[in-house]
Amino acid sequence: MAPEEIREVIIEILGDIAPDEDLGTLDDAIAFREQLELDSMDFLDIVMELRKRYRVQIPEDEYVQLASMNSTVSYLTPKMATIAK
Amino acid sequence: MPKDFLKDVQNRYDVVVIGSGLGGLTAANILGRQGRRVLLLEQHYKLGGLATWFKRPGGHIFDISLHGFPYGMVKSCKRYWSAEIADSIVPLDGVRFDNPMFSLTTKYNREDFTQLLQTQFGIAPQVIQDFFDTARGMNFYDEQETTTGQLFEKFFPGREDVVRLLMEPITYANGSTLEDPAITYGIVFSNFMSKGVYVFRGGTDRLIKLMQKELEANGVDIAINSPAEKVLVEGGKVVGVKVGGRTIQTPVVVSNANLLNTLFNLVGEEYLDRNFCDQARAVRMNNSSTQVYMALAPDQTVDRSTGDLLFSSTAHRFQTDLLLSRDITSRTFSFYYPDMRPEGKARHLIVSSTNARWEDWSNLDEESYQASKQDLIETTLDALEKYLPNCREKIVHVEAATPRTFHHYTMHYHGSSFGTKFEGLAVSRELPQQIPGLFHAGSVGIIMSGWLGTINYGVIVSNDVDNYLMAAANQASLA
Repeated sequence: MAPEEIREVIIEILGDIAPDEDLGTLDDAIAFREQLELDSMDFLDIVMELRKRYRVQIPEDEYVQLASMNSTVSYLTPKMATIAK
Repeated sequence: MPKDFLKDVQNRYDVVVIGSGLGGLTAANILGRQGRRVLLLEQHYKLGGLATWFKRPGGHIFDISLHGFPYGMVKSCKRYWSAEIADSIVPLDGVRFDNPMFSLTTKYNREDFTQLLQTQFGIAPQVIQDFFDTARGMNFYDEQETTTGQLFEKFFPGREDVVRLLMEPITYANGSTLEDPAITYGIVFSNFMSKGVYVFRGGTDRLIKLMQKELEANGVDIAINSPAEKVLVEGGKVVGVKVGGRTIQTPVVVSNANLLNTLFNLVGEEYLDRNFCDQARAVRMNNSSTQVYMALAPDQTVDRSTGDLLFSSTAHRFQTDLLLSRDITSRTFSFYYPDMRPEGKARHLIVSSTNARWEDWSNLDEESYQASKQDLIETTLDALEKYLPNCREKIVHVEAATPRTFHHYTMHYHGSSFGTKFEGLAVSRELPQQIPGLFHAGSVGIIMSGWLGTINYGVIVSNDVDNYLMAAANQASLA
């Protein structure tokens, strides 16, 4: 999966987790939590969803990598390089 | 021949969950929904743990722990249970305080509290805002040296009345005290302050019934009256559970039992390293509770203006030892009105709760125990008289629960009604490193207790379990 495809996947997951949020205006460089009403349980849901869909495993001490869209995509790119969308 | 509660239970599962408190139920539901084969074992004849209720003749149904939880429950129930469950969560708007320092009614949210602190307590707006922001910014992994008492002293020096307003409901909700880490207070308080206090319409019985339906739809096997005897460990890993004379094979156990019961009774210290055992033994239990359950005659009512939750006290000071003392001065009255159970009989019920110490009740001989219980009932009715005049004539049923009662029904160490103090969280999280395949999702660390805390902890632990099972499957396919 290419970085832009990973971004699409994350947007899709966020859409399920926070259905009331406008994701069209998301700034990829800024932390999700500063733009969306997300709590730590929401981040856990992102982790669970990625595992369910693509069998991607993210250890707890690396959850911090999911802070913003940019950091999430660069963290996931090597992990998801061989996975088909 | 006695009924065999395990007759439909298979010999092998992906996961066995021991205990059906809200944490165990939630873990079982999530893992079942993910397609894992899950067995849920419960020692009691009802699911729910302390999220429970009991019926008495005359159409009275008493809830033990329904009043109340933060708004976050709506999201957690929608996501990890069902829309039907989430849609039954409704706000409680009448929260009252009555003590020698102040009497007031509040919606119990940030907006209302800001207003109160400013107008009734004369606190500067900036201090109020800073306090709320500080509490809201707290994380469970932050420093633990600062106590809740020190936090209050920093923002509201010498203001015992403010401390009482801010602390009394949280002490009721999770047993925490001024001596516990400030982060435990900040996290729980902020959860409540975001939108106030909520309950489940239809009562605890309806909630648990809906949860059971959901579990069955997700293929979870449920066995009640089935206390797990032992978690079986071989080669350092979980291999099964002994229950009712049978051995159920499983690579994963999620224990929703009390943390210390899990370690020292279900597992056994011979499987744990010594440092970890010492660390576990040092974990303090949170306190227990007493409750008095009172049902009004069918033709009697409580005026709605009495409120839903009333924090009442005759103590002139707000101190932990006074809150825990057998000589009760502080009680939380929960008033249940008929609209709580729209489908049931129209009944008014009152539950009085206090925090209590196990030691004050555990050593009494039978005669003193019964006398002490009766005294608890009489002094509670005396205290209620102020809010419900002639209450003795209106009430047709009254009975009491003590730390011994909580111990009897939940098997919790020392009848603990709020799990462990903060240090229990680290021990609970460390368990899978000690014994691969063994997870704990019980009430720990203050923040992982209460209805919302324990449901969310069930989610966190099912994520760990799913991760573990997938890693094990990957390893097996490589081998």
